[in-house]
Amino acid sequence: MEAATAVPAVDVVARAPAAVVAAREVTRRYGEGDTAVDALRGVTLDIEQGKLTAVMGPSGSGKSTLMHILAALDKPTSGSVWIAGNDLGKLNDTETTKLRREHIGFVFQFFNLLPMLTAEENVVLPLTIAGEKPEREWREELLKKVGLQDRRSHRPAELSGGQQQRVAIARALVSKPTVVFADEPTGNLDSKTSGEILDLMRDSVDSLGQTTVMVTHDARAAAIADRILFLADGLIVRDMPRSDPGAVIAAMEELTQG
Amino acid sequence: MVTVALKGLAGRKVRALLTAIAIVLGVAMISGTYILTDTINNGFNTIVVNSYKNADVVISGEAAFKNTNGNGVETPTFPQDVLSEVKALPDVAAAAGSVTSDNVKLIGKDGKVVDTGGAPSLGFSVDPREQQFNPTKLTAGSWPSGGDQVAIDKATASREGFAVGDTIELQTVGPQRSFHISGIAELTGVGSIGGATFALFDLPTAQRVFAKPGQLDVIRIQSKTGVSTAKLVSEIKPLLPPTAAVRDANAQVKEDKKEFDIAFLQYILLAFAGISLFVGAFVIANTLAITIAQRMREFATLRTLGASRRQVLWSVVIEAFVIGLLGSVIGLFLGLGLAKLLNKLFVTFGIDLPQGQTVFATRTVIVSLVVGTVVTLVASIRPARRATRVPPIAAVREGSVLPVSRFARYGPVTALGILAAAIVLVALGTLASGIATGPRLLLLGVGVLLLFFGVSMNAARVVRPLAAVLGAPARSIGGAPGILARDNATRNPARTASTASALMIGLALVTFVAIFSAGTFKSFEGAVDQLFIADYAITATNTFTPIDAAAGKALVGKPGVSDVTPIRAGSSRFLGSDHNLTAVEPNIATGVRLDWKAGNTSVPRRLGNNSFFTDNDFAKSHHLHVGSVVNLEFPSGKHADVRLLGIYEKPNGGSPFGEATISTALFDKYIPRPRDEMVLINTLRRREGADARRVQSELHQADQEGHQPALRAACVVGDRQPGRDHQHARPDDLRAYA
Repeated sequence: MEAATAVPAVDVVARAPAAVVAAREVTRRYGEGDTAVDALRGVTLDIEQGKLTAVMGPSGSGKSTLMHILAALDKPTSGSVWIAGNDLGKLNDTETTKLRREHIGFVFQFFNLLPMLTAEENVVLPLTIAGEKPEREWREELLKKVGLQDRRSHRPAELSGGQQQRVAIARALVSKPTVVFADEPTGNLDSKTSGEILDLMRDSVDSLGQTTVMVTHDARAAAIADRILFLADGLIVRDMPRSDPGAVIAAMEELTQG
Repeated sequence: MVTVALKGLAGRKVRALLTAIAIVLGVAMISGTYILTDTINNGFNTIVVNSYKNADVVISGEAAFKNTNGNGVETPTFPQDVLSEVKALPDVAAAAGSVTSDNVKLIGKDGKVVDTGGAPSLGFSVDPREQQFNPTKLTAGSWPSGGDQVAIDKATASREGFAVGDTIELQTVGPQRSFHISGIAELTGVGSIGGATFALFDLPTAQRVFAKPGQLDVIRIQSKTGVSTAKLVSEIKPLLPPTAAVRDANAQVKEDKKEFDIAFLQYILLAFAGISLFVGAFVIANTLAITIAQRMREFATLRTLGASRRQVLWSVVIEAFVIGLLGSVIGLFLGLGLAKLLNKLFVTFGIDLPQGQTVFATRTVIVSLVVGTVVTLVASIRPARRATRVPPIAAVREGSVLPVSRFARYGPVTALGILAAAIVLVALGTLASGIATGPRLLLLGVGVLLLFFGVSMNAARVVRPLAAVLGAPARSIGGAPGILARDNATRNPARTASTASALMIGLALVTFVAIFSAGTFKSFEGAVDQLFIADYAITATNTFTPIDAAAGKALVGKPGVSDVTPIRAGSSRFLGSDHNLTAVEPNIATGVRLDWKAGNTSVPRRLGNNSFFTDNDFAKSHHLHVGSVVNLEFPSGKHADVRLLGIYEKPNGGSPFGEATISTALFDKYIPRPRDEMVLINTLRRREGADARRVQSELHQADQEGHQPALRAACVVGDRQPGRDHQHARPDDLRAYA
């Protein structure tokens, strides 16, 4: 629970950064000409291994765009992103697929479970896709951790929102990825369920050492993070260590007013 | 990944099933066609195999050539002495000779010929002492014996109400005759012989009735034990005249089966199946494309979880494979029902084919499943490739659009190119002259196929302007829903266009058949009126089986009849291939008006025994001119040289004449039992004001007097419409089928 002190290092040299996830001068422009919108205007960051990093910001701050670019779902207009030493801009489609399999887990706001598969099948899907056989113990441990041992053969439609998100978290963890990206993981849940999901995410960092990046606009969610990055107008404007929800809200208010 | 695809499909059972239906119909038509034609073939096969039971070796008449696409060839006979020589051979255990005919018409109790629906009216001799060779068995009465006895087939007997002891009228060669029914018989082991009828006689009676005195058509021979068929065949060969051949029974079965060629039926039905599959493929491609658009989020999620493009491609292809296989299996079994339905349809058209046990061949299963599945797979390729272009970001963002393919920018050019190529091919196929029929059809076929693709590829560009025009009333009448409807049509022009394409093909097919049948009907109608100028035509009841030449001969000189002019139908081999040979009397001009390109109306009068005339197409393609000498070979193997005397312009509606037309005098000299395709008649009374009914009744009366047997076997077609009924029957059948 050490306060993160890593101030954005402006190490723009071509040499690969040491951090598991790193961004250098990332910009993203949507559209062209007069109607062009700059969602990101030069973001540089390093994500620490084994920590939970939250990215916060008001609507339109560019936090979702940043996350999509970090997770190799989208490409930056300029700048570069590294995951586990791989420069994403230099990977072709096949290499990107390989990178997703080995290094990235993803938790979606709307769960994105496959409706025809059971909870258990959804959990092991990344391994199935990669053509690997999940170890039985690891699978059981995961199901136990997310509390779905009794519901393993239920289909998503038979599960509550919270249960579905737990399946999704287990799915993100199953391949022991370098980093898990969570995109507003509590955005579609009530506050009680949100609390459970946040506990689960915190636990996965603490007990498994899972590096996690979470985008949220919920101060309570951000408060479980080891480090909180604040985005406004496409730039990182503040880098906070672990804080309580009150401090996060204050920081946000300061931002929106400033 | 396979599991994922299959589970996904299982989750959308109803949709999968509905998609599969698109392929079901086409596959059902393939399997139905095969089942029907196999079953019919098997029926023929059983009949043929049965007719040579217990025979090791068979001697049969052998024509010098066949003419399978035209008038056919009557197999020559051989002298009966061959039988005694064969019987004298030490290796022969038993031998029996018989004569056959496909022209023994049974007259029902109503005085009309029993309609066989195009099937043959068979007659053959049976020898009660040689039961081992007899393909029939008695169900009542006794075997016919003596000049006035006949046994008839059970189906006809029960249909027409004949029993043992009754009298029945028969018409073969020469005048109609009465026989006593001595027995009722059936072919052993054959359920139905279709519409065919048969009559059995003892050998001398059959020879007399079939006009084959002292002749035989077939000898069935059983060898002594231990004698190989090959040895027997080689012993018999030297005894035979040139018009006969000896084969082992299996080879004879194969030879006889060639007569029952229903390949044309199979091709027509398979062509319909092909079109149906083509439409089905369009529907499937379209449905899959829509499904994939709806499942973009799912594919994108799979991509974020590490699925490669190839895996996404495979998941769609596997889905299509299962749908195709499912549809094919359903279609395969639906084909069983379809085969029965098609057979019923044929029976109502008067084409009654023999039936036995339904044949469900391995080939039917394999072809149906493979074709159905492969067509579905091919249809899935484009949608599957689209699925691979779904970007991973679509998993988190609503309303993502597919990035355009690398080749997309060539799309408009390709689409226009295909359309242009199609138009060129179709134009060449229809308008260009000097192309043979085969390449012309190929041009048209490929052209039309490309045209479908070209139109459907370009259709997307027409959707917006078209919707703007067609959608205008929707806005003023339908209000907001109308506008929504119009906007839905234009939202995804490609989808609207491809949905419309399936409809386009269906409509094109219906239009084609309608135009084809109406067009052929119209052109025939006009052409037939121009061509035939006689008052009446006598044809067989079914209008295409040739009738015995005695019919026309009997009419000459009858009161009220001014002109009788027959058109004989036969076959001949000349200029290297088999052709239809026709023959006319000097007075043919009283019945048929021909447009002479070389020579004049005197040509038929001057034919004599050494000339012929032909049409301009044939003359041109074989470089014939007046004076050219052609050597005709007749089925008996005899030859005659004839000189070209005249060339007429081939009429539009089809010609009643074969590739060569000679005089009846020459024809009858070389063809033993001559037959006419039609006899044209003019009456005296007609010009004096007597109405058609009066003349007709006079013709009927002449028939009643008993001297014109063939009239009873023939139908008199109405005033000034000779032949027309005959030709327009076919397009109507086609239209009903479509």
